[in-house]
This record gives sequence, structure tokens and C-alpha cells, in this order.
Amino acid sequence: MGESTAAAGTALAAERPVCITVRDLTMAFGSFVVMRDMNFTVRRGDVFIIMGGSGCGKSTLLRHMIGLLEPAAGEICYGDFNFTKAGPQERERMLRRFGVLYQAGALWGSMTLAENVGLPLEEFTDLSRREVRQVAALKLALVGLKGFEDFYPSQISGGMQKRAGLARAMALDPEILFCDEPSSGLDPLSSRLLDNLILDLRDNLGATVVVVSHELASIFAIGNNSIFLDGESHTMIASGDPKELLAHCADPRVHRFLTRDEEQRRTA
Amino acid sequence: MAVKCRLIHCMRAEPSAFRSSQLSFGRASDETLVLALTGDWRLKRGFASGAAVENELTRSPIPRRVAFDSAGLGEWDSSLVAFVTEVLDLCHTRGLTVDPAGLPSGLRRLVELAETVPEKTDAHSAAAGKPLVERVGAATIAYAESIGGFVAFLGAVTIALGRFMAGRARYRRVDLMVAIQDCGANAFGIVTLISFLVGTILAFMGAVQLEQFGASIFVADLVGIGMARDMGAMMTAIIMAGRTGAAFAAQLGTMKVTQEIDALATMGISPMEFLVLPRVLALILMMPLLCFYSDLMGMLGGAAVGSGVLGLSFTTYFRETFHAVTLGDVLGGVFKSSVYGVIIAISGCLRGFQCGNNSSAVGDAATSAVVTGIVFIVVACGAFALVFNILGI
Repeated sequence: MGESTAAAGTALAAERPVCITVRDLTMAFGSFVVMRDMNFTVRRGDVFIIMGGSGCGKSTLLRHMIGLLEPAAGEICYGDFNFTKAGPQERERMLRRFGVLYQAGALWGSMTLAENVGLPLEEFTDLSRREVRQVAALKLALVGLKGFEDFYPSQISGGMQKRAGLARAMALDPEILFCDEPSSGLDPLSSRLLDNLILDLRDNLGATVVVVSHELASIFAIGNNSIFLDGESHTMIASGDPKELLAHCADPRVHRFLTRDEEQRRTA
Repeated sequence: MAVKCRLIHCMRAEPSAFRSSQLSFGRASDETLVLALTGDWRLKRGFASGAAVENELTRSPIPRRVAFDSAGLGEWDSSLVAFVTEVLDLCHTRGLTVDPAGLPSGLRRLVELAETVPEKTDAHSAAAGKPLVERVGAATIAYAESIGGFVAFLGAVTIALGRFMAGRARYRRVDLMVAIQDCGANAFGIVTLISFLVGTILAFMGAVQLEQFGASIFVADLVGIGMARDMGAMMTAIIMAGRTGAAFAAQLGTMKVTQEIDALATMGISPMEFLVLPRVLALILMMPLLCFYSDLMGMLGGAAVGSGVLGLSFTTYFRETFHAVTLGDVLGGVFKSSVYGVIIAISGCLRGFQCGNNSSAVGDAATSAVVTGIVFIVVACGAFALVFNILGI
């Protein structure tokens, strides 16, 4: 799939409607500023990568975007909906249009996989118990976990937990899927499978995907838009298609990150 | 090149197979201090301190350059790297030039590696000790904030209970059933044992005094009223605070660490209703039952002492008990236990929700849930005693 798809995606980018707008966002814990003055937009159908070194605030940005943390300044809008200023009930309605894949899966340990995937369906749809079970089994089958419906999270491997987490995130066919380091802790093949899965789900369900990642292979394979966060200056220092950034970005910090600093190592 | 040479023996007594590490100072003519490193430098045998070098750097003539001579150097490990980096730091602060050419190449590479990433200066300041006044202030502010958090949590629980009454709360019935089983049926054994023993203890304490007046039969009154009014509720509450309150805090704390609570929140499902409500309800429902059961067990314990030690018959003992204990006593105790149940559930769930993001924080949350629970139970017990006394109940 790779390059041609990404090129087509870039060409069409301007025509697709804006899905997420972040304006002047400043994130802080007390007096410690994590990132300041961030501005970016994500268009519908993008696979948007939040990248940067460890501890620079990537996951923190994600937690702000899904409402787990409140911005110190600035706002986050989904379409015309101002998420930062919204009241709890409006927010809750918006949250139902999101799917979130957490770093370690965050499956509920006291429920089976089918119950994990089925819970949002039970809570927010009028499906019968049999139908919920059927949809949950389908979602699990999509992530390659057919037959594991009645397993508990503790009985399956970390990679499987992550895939089950993705199945749960996809349960309500979300408009926006947030993934926190989907490939961390996975072997290269599983990580590739998960990447493909995310792309397939994006293409077939028309979702927008926001991914926190520092895995280069994954970033180039799936991303068509991105921002780069710099932990030293506490600002975002680049944005755009990661492949474009690799080819044209003049900032040495971004370039070193995207090339794993190989050039400097070679000259050294 | 060494004009004057002073030897520093930094090592302790050594087995003869090892050459002890030595640091000696030499001066080259152009105001260059040469550090000659000889012998084996091993971590387990300690190494020279930078203080000796610092001392040497202040001696006249003041050197402008520092160089190394490792011709006599034997085996070395991190001890030498640590020593050299310390010397480099010293030289940097004094603005001296350092010529690392005399060091082995592997060592040079390691030293470079240690120096590549500049020290993060603000990393120290956060961890460094702060003045007492600032710490007291910070602790006070944190305490005030924790009270705010407690009140907010209490409010959220009340709202969740309100939504439950209105039939709009979102929770899984099976979770409620599991919680009921866990704090009801599963607690039977321990409540039986402790209450029976408390009953016997009360009986023994009373018997010693009452026997002197030939009033042993009043042991039944003492145990019956004591268990029904206070001890039954109190002992059940303390058992449940240690057992269930800690379990709630650990369960919710772990869910916080593994982001399971975040997953609920971002799905638009209130963790308050989904996690806290079933636990609070279970304890509110089960505590009165356990308390009543504990009352009976305590009286049974008293009866065992009465018949075994004081020679009273079971019939006499229980007739006296039923004569002494009123329905008001029992209902008062049962009501208290319900309130204790709310206290245990809220302190357990609150501490679980406040849990930090690591495994040791889960342990802290469990401990603090038990402490908070028991403190508030005892405070509530005192308040009840006062109020019941005023009302004449």
C-alpha cells in the first residue's frame, strides 16, 4: 500500500473536512509547562502521528485530546464542537464517537474479552444480548482473536491484549480512533499487523486515527500527517507528512529523530 | 617530565596478586599537571577521590592544563571512569584545558559517552530538600486540597446514589452481586470468629467483677447490651475496613494504574456509577446483616463463658439476655453499622481513585484506606455515643 496511497492522501488532503482543530494549546502540571502554544489541524481520514522523544508529552497531549486532562490554556475542537468549553453531558456524547486504545490495552480485568468489547455496545445501543455477543465476536475476529471471546485478559499475551483493546476501541465504530503507542512492546511482525489493521479500519470505516508513536517503521508506514514535539524547548517544532518531513525538514532535531541519527553516527 | 612527584596510595591492604591502584602527580615544565595512573583500578577496592586532585590544582604554580599518563595502568573498570569524569568536571569548573590523549582509547570513549548529554540542571532542583517553612506550607495546601477532593468525592457518590434511586445509574448488576457476595457471604467466617471471641472477652471481663457480688447472671446483660449497642457494629466495621476497604482501594488503585478507569471515562461510562456505586451499595446492604449476625455470635460467646465458667445454664443466660436487650438497642447498632459501611466503602474507593500511577502506590492506597476507614469509624462511634446519649436512646 505504502507510498502511492500516502501520495494520493496528501493530494486530497485539502479537500477533506477538518476533523480536529487544536488552538494555542498549553499543557501544564501545576507550574511545570509540558508543551506550550500548540496549533494543528487533523483532517477526516488522516492517520495523524504525534511523535517526539520519550517523556516529551506525547501521551499527555493524547490525554488532553480525550478529556482526561484539562488544558492550561487554549482549546481543542472536533469539527465545530468546542470540546474544551463543553459541559460534561455534551462531552460524554462526544466521547461516544471516540475509540481509545491504551498503551497496555487497559482491558477490564474482571470481564472476559467478549464482555470488554460488549460493554460499550450494551451501554449505548439497544442491541439484544445475543446481538451484542455477535458484534463483540465479530470485532474480536477482525483483530485476529476469534475463539478467545471467553478468555480473561490475564489469560492472553500482551500483544493479544493490545489487539483486544483495539477491538474494544472499535466497538462503536468510532469516528476518531486514538491509539497510545500501539506498537510498543510488540514484535516487528505483530506491530506490522496492527499497523495494517489500523489502516484497514480507517479505510473501511472512514475513521480518523490519531496515533502516539516513536516507532519509525510504524510512523512511515501509516502516517500521512504528524506533529513533532520537542521536550527541550517544550514546543511543537514541525508538522506535516512524516515522509515529507524526512525529505525536507530543515530542523536538525526532527531530522535526527527520523533518521535515528544514522548519518551522524556514520560520519563519526 | 615529572619535576616533583607525590604518590597517593588510595588502596587498602591487597592480596599480592593485585597491584594496588595509584595516583601520582607530576609537573611538566609548561604548567601542566600530569596525573599518572598506575596499578589496577577496581570498583570493589575503592578509588582515589577528586579532592586530592583539587588540592593539587590549588598548589603553586597553579596549573593551566591537565594531562594524563596511563603508561603504568593495569586493569581498570568503572572506578577509573568515575574518577576521570570527576577530574574533568573539576577542570571545567576551573576553566582548565584537559588533554585526554594520555588515556586508553576505550576509557576516552566511555568518558565521552558520560559527557555527551549535558546535565539536566532542573532535575536536581525538584528533588532537592526545600526549607522547612516551604514544606509545611506545601503539606498544608496539599491537606486542604485533599479535603476538597474528599468533599467532591462524597458529592459524586451522592449523585450516583441519587441516579441509582431514580433508576438511571449505569452499572452491571453482576458487579453488584459479586460485591455483595464478597462483602457478605465471604466475610462470614472471620466475623463469626472475631465476634464470638469478643463476646467471650466481654463475658470474662464482666465475670471477674460481677462474681464478687454474686451477680454473675448480669454477665448476660453486659454482653447482650454491649454487643447489640456498640461492639457488634464496631467489630464488624473494623473487620470490614481491614478486609473490604483495603480490597476496594487495591482493586480501584490497580485499575487506575492499568488505565482501566481512564478507559471507562473515555467511553462515557461514569466510573463513579460503574465502580463505586456497586461497592457502596453492597456494603450498605450487607453491613446491617453482618452486624446483626455479629451480635448473635457475641452473645453466643458470652453464653459459652456463662455456662462453662460461671455455671449458668444456657436457658437462664438467654432468658436474661432477652430480658435485658431491647429492640431499640439492636436497631441502634444495626443503624450504626450501615453508616460505618458507607464510611468504609467511601474511604476505600476514594483512596483507590487517588492512587498514584505505580505499584507501590497501590499498597499505599490500601493502607491509607484502612487507616482512614478506622479513624472515621471511631470518630463516628464517638459522635453516635454523644447523640444517642442526648436523645436518650
